[in-house]
Amino acid sequence: MPQAPLKPASVYYFGTCLIELLFPRAGLAGMQLLRRAGIEVIFPHGQSCCGQPAFNSGYRDEALGVARALLACFPKDIPVVVPSASCAGMLRNHWPELFVGEPDEAQAVAVAGRTWELSEFLVDVLQLQLQDLGEPIRVTLHHSCSARRETGSARQAEDLLGQLANVELLGHAHAEECCGFGGTFAVKQPELSAAMAQSKCEAIEASAAQRLISQDCGCLMNLGGMLERRGQDIVVQHIAEFLLERSQ
Amino acid sequence: MNDTRQDTGRDPGGYRALHERIHDALGKPQVRDNFRRAMDGIRAHRAAQFPDPAYLADLRARAHAIRQHSLDALPELLEHLEQKLTENGIRVHWAEDAAQANAIILELLRTAGAHSVIKGKSMVSEEIELNAALEKAGIEVVESDLGEYIIQLAHEPPSHIVAPAIHKNRRDVAELFERFHPELPYTEDIDRLTGNARQVLREKFANADAGISGVNFAVAETGTLCLVENEGNGRLSTTLPPLHIAVTGIEKVIERLDDLPPLLEALTKSATGQPITTYVNLISRPRQDDELDGPEAVHLVMLDNGRSRIREHEELADTLRCIRCGACINHCPVYVQVGGHAYGSVYPGPIGSVLEPQRLGLEQAGSLASACSLCGACGEVCPVEIPLPALINRLRAEAVQSGPEDAPLPGRGRLRRPGEAIAWRLWRWLYTSPRAYRGFLWFATRLRALTPARLGPWTRYRSAPRPAARSLSELARREGFRNE
Repeated sequence: MPQAPLKPASVYYFGTCLIELLFPRAGLAGMQLLRRAGIEVIFPHGQSCCGQPAFNSGYRDEALGVARALLACFPKDIPVVVPSASCAGMLRNHWPELFVGEPDEAQAVAVAGRTWELSEFLVDVLQLQLQDLGEPIRVTLHHSCSARRETGSARQAEDLLGQLANVELLGHAHAEECCGFGGTFAVKQPELSAAMAQSKCEAIEASAAQRLISQDCGCLMNLGGMLERRGQDIVVQHIAEFLLERSQ
Repeated sequence: MNDTRQDTGRDPGGYRALHERIHDALGKPQVRDNFRRAMDGIRAHRAAQFPDPAYLADLRARAHAIRQHSLDALPELLEHLEQKLTENGIRVHWAEDAAQANAIILELLRTAGAHSVIKGKSMVSEEIELNAALEKAGIEVVESDLGEYIIQLAHEPPSHIVAPAIHKNRRDVAELFERFHPELPYTEDIDRLTGNARQVLREKFANADAGISGVNFAVAETGTLCLVENEGNGRLSTTLPPLHIAVTGIEKVIERLDDLPPLLEALTKSATGQPITTYVNLISRPRQDDELDGPEAVHLVMLDNGRSRIREHEELADTLRCIRCGACINHCPVYVQVGGHAYGSVYPGPIGSVLEPQRLGLEQAGSLASACSLCGACGEVCPVEIPLPALINRLRAEAVQSGPEDAPLPGRGRLRRPGEAIAWRLWRWLYTSPRAYRGFLWFATRLRALTPARLGPWTRYRSAPRPAARSLSELARREGFRNE
């Protein structure tokens, strides 16, 4: 985790390619939470992807090209906030390896050092306090593997949900286990991925939760798609969207 | 037995064979249930042994350092080990590959006039397919570890490196015993089943001409072979017959006897959640004139089988720190779904997906690196801090990126498929060309009604993801966020 700065005046926001196209309301909710806390949010023009899909598929040259284009979006020494633990983890933990020996290695390492997953930034830097204005609701939280192990920001998500008085946070069986998304893994090993997602869906359904919340839209796309196919009406929602909805 | 060795010409990397095995495994609900229960239990046992995260972190760091030193100083330590073992009266033999190892063992047995062998559990003996080699030479081999004995009866390879018969439940075992030992009363009671096996195996122990075992750690300082086990079968196999042959990989050497306690603790707590195993055997020499028991001769076969080559790789060499505890396997969300046989390799799970492509080459076993969602659970529990997810990722890169032919990884770049390579190049172009990317977003959002309802294998199990009506960039601009 980066050194916690004092509350900065402005931050860069990296919306991620998945959120850009498929879950823009989740991305926007994160920006609105930051703006409401008095932060100027810069959404750099020209951002696309962190390079992770190619990096995890072995195509490191292609990953580097895409990562480099994103790196150019964050020239100023201000935090980069990402509403995805997976993409934040890519910048923070894997960019230094990806850029090793490259002319822009120092810049990549610098950005890695000032990258924050959104929940982590809201809790550790902004000490965000939320007031729950919503009706009572039962939710369960799916920690992405990236939130657990790449950014280590699973606790911050629990902290944020814990502030909401009318939200009952339910556990589910094998909560620590991967949902089977894994980016290109879902394409290369579709049956395996589906079996993992199915186990996760069964556990979530058994939890009696009305909504499934996560810090990563990849997991939500995977689980939401399967819950829908299974005829379940459990709503999947990114944590930023949920927090904004409850507190405005 | 080893499916990854077949058909590599028509199936480079073994992807098709892997998909078939996964499909088969997913279609066996009872076996999947056996794995789920077993892994849940073993995870809980491990967690109970490590209540203090700081203590665990310290233990892992110490175990990591000891094992890393073993690899860094491997040539010197092996020399020292051989010298000490020889002084102690244990003969050391060096085997380049499986064939050499089997030939050495066979020759030792022949020279001793041995016709029957009792075996303790040994993954290296699985790696070299020792049982098949011995049986072909007319030698009777009986596995004495209960799990190994069960799968020997069933003619199956191990499904786990620590618990080889973990895929079987007590009813499966009861049926096997009924088939092979009709003279014993049928029972599904675990204690009685164990009693039955003990009865059968006792006689084998008493009459075996030789015992063969693995080794957990070989201590260079004292010339000591350390072997941990829970059933006493390891001790019987290594003490009762007149000849004991131990077989292990060259990486199992450690420098000092003092290195042993932290490694044993890391091993047994990580493997089965035991503070220590029921038996810890420290074998230092054959029986002396004034001793009542023990074998008359002890031999150690040190197997390379690609390990020296793996050690040359700047990143993948970390693989060799492994102490074969199986914690990565126990915590793997893929393994828990499909079990060990789906991997089609001697070593399954995360460590197998890292080791086997290196041992056998990417063309034979490279697909194993794809059976991973990079969730990171394995790397988190590894007691010697092998960065397994990073190594799996590295193997994926090695598989598709060309490099020098003499690289320490056979088959480098051989799994690069033209279609996939072009797709990634197109991807890079689209995601680094702002105008094209914005155009793509505009069309994808405006034409979202035309999004195909079927997207390959994704929509076989899930509804199709659908672009939003407006992209985040557009929403951000509309809401007045700065864009530079």
